[in-house]
Amino acid sequence: MASLKDLRNRIASVKGTQKITKAMQMVAAAKLRRAQMAAESARPYAEKMSQVLGNLAANLVGGVQGPKLLSGTGSEKTHLLIVCTADRGLCGGFNSSIVRLAREHIRRLTAEGKTVKIVTVGKKGYDLLRRQYRDQIIENRDLRGNKPVDYEFAAEIADSVIARFEAGEFDVATLFYSRFRSVIAQVPTAQKLIPAELPETGATAPDAALQFEPSEEAILDTLLPRNLTVQVFRALLENAASEQGARTGAMDSATRNAGEMIKKQTQIYNRTRQAMITKELIEIISGAEAL
Amino acid sequence: MATFQFDFVGPERTVYSGPIEAVQLPGIEGEMTVLPGHAPVLTALKVGVIVINEAGHAGKRVLVRGGFADIGPTSVTVIAERANPFEEITPESLDRDIAAVELLRDATTDFAKKDELNGQIVQLQDAKVALAL
Repeated sequence: MASLKDLRNRIASVKGTQKITKAMQMVAAAKLRRAQMAAESARPYAEKMSQVLGNLAANLVGGVQGPKLLSGTGSEKTHLLIVCTADRGLCGGFNSSIVRLAREHIRRLTAEGKTVKIVTVGKKGYDLLRRQYRDQIIENRDLRGNKPVDYEFAAEIADSVIARFEAGEFDVATLFYSRFRSVIAQVPTAQKLIPAELPETGATAPDAALQFEPSEEAILDTLLPRNLTVQVFRALLENAASEQGARTGAMDSATRNAGEMIKKQTQIYNRTRQAMITKELIEIISGAEAL
Repeated sequence: MATFQFDFVGPERTVYSGPIEAVQLPGIEGEMTVLPGHAPVLTALKVGVIVINEAGHAGKRVLVRGGFADIGPTSVTVIAERANPFEEITPESLDRDIAAVELLRDATTDFAKKDELNGQIVQLQDAKVALAL
């Protein structure tokens, strides 16, 4: 049986851990609020963007063939997977559930005989995927620490994806991230980026009166890359909120587990102490009786 | 005077939202002022200044760098990646932006692109003059 000193040390160590997890939980909760606010204030932009794009595409239907970003290259041979994760761990199943979803896709696509290329955003995704798919990862980016997600960063990612697309490096692009549903529910999601998936705008009849300056095609040409950036931006924001949500949950249960452990260990400690006192008493009494 | 709904959204926040009397937009094919009841137009924007005329107030000015305006009879929506209300910019920050664009212009060899960037520089310089007034 462990000595009293060992037990005391163990309790002290668990208490230390509990303090850390408690602090991490509170920090994550504060960051979560900020991340949620950022995600919310970005929403109108994304909504208006898809509204405008939806209108445009509705006008385009049946007429001219849209640009390649919208209609795809016509083949489906090479797939690009953009896997967005966090830079840090200790957030429950957040990173691994995104990576698991991506892995399933990779396995399925490879089984279908398609080529898969991977771009990772966030250190953890890279760490988790590189062992298995080292040669297929063509680019990896860090989220640059703790900074809040900014639009410029999303634009960088989107620009490089578009450059690769225009160079003919892939046909279909899919974005992996975790959608933030609530503090306790984050849903890993796969979203098709190229060819662009357009939101249903309630199938409004093409607005014949709508005029375009300079021209419909020119507007679509500049709008589509922007839309891509917005999608990436939104994924990053959702990811940031999800990460903090997952961390809040994970650290909360870690704190609770530590509390339970302390309780159990304290009980054992007390029992051992009492047992020792009893034993010593018995020794004294039996010694006295023997006289 | 009649008003219409004006929304001005940037990727990180909504810059402006509310009823206004008129708005002046730097359309890619020329400056335009939109009043209530305008015919529906979707136009790209170039670098320039948007002037928002609220009811009973002097114009509020916002510098945009490219974007779109979705104009309808009862509402106008501007979608712009980079937008700075005049209160937030200084001649120094504009100088930095101009220098950045000049760098881009000097780096490119594509003439059409050079032309476009030159236009942007002129617009930014105009904005600087407008700011000083």
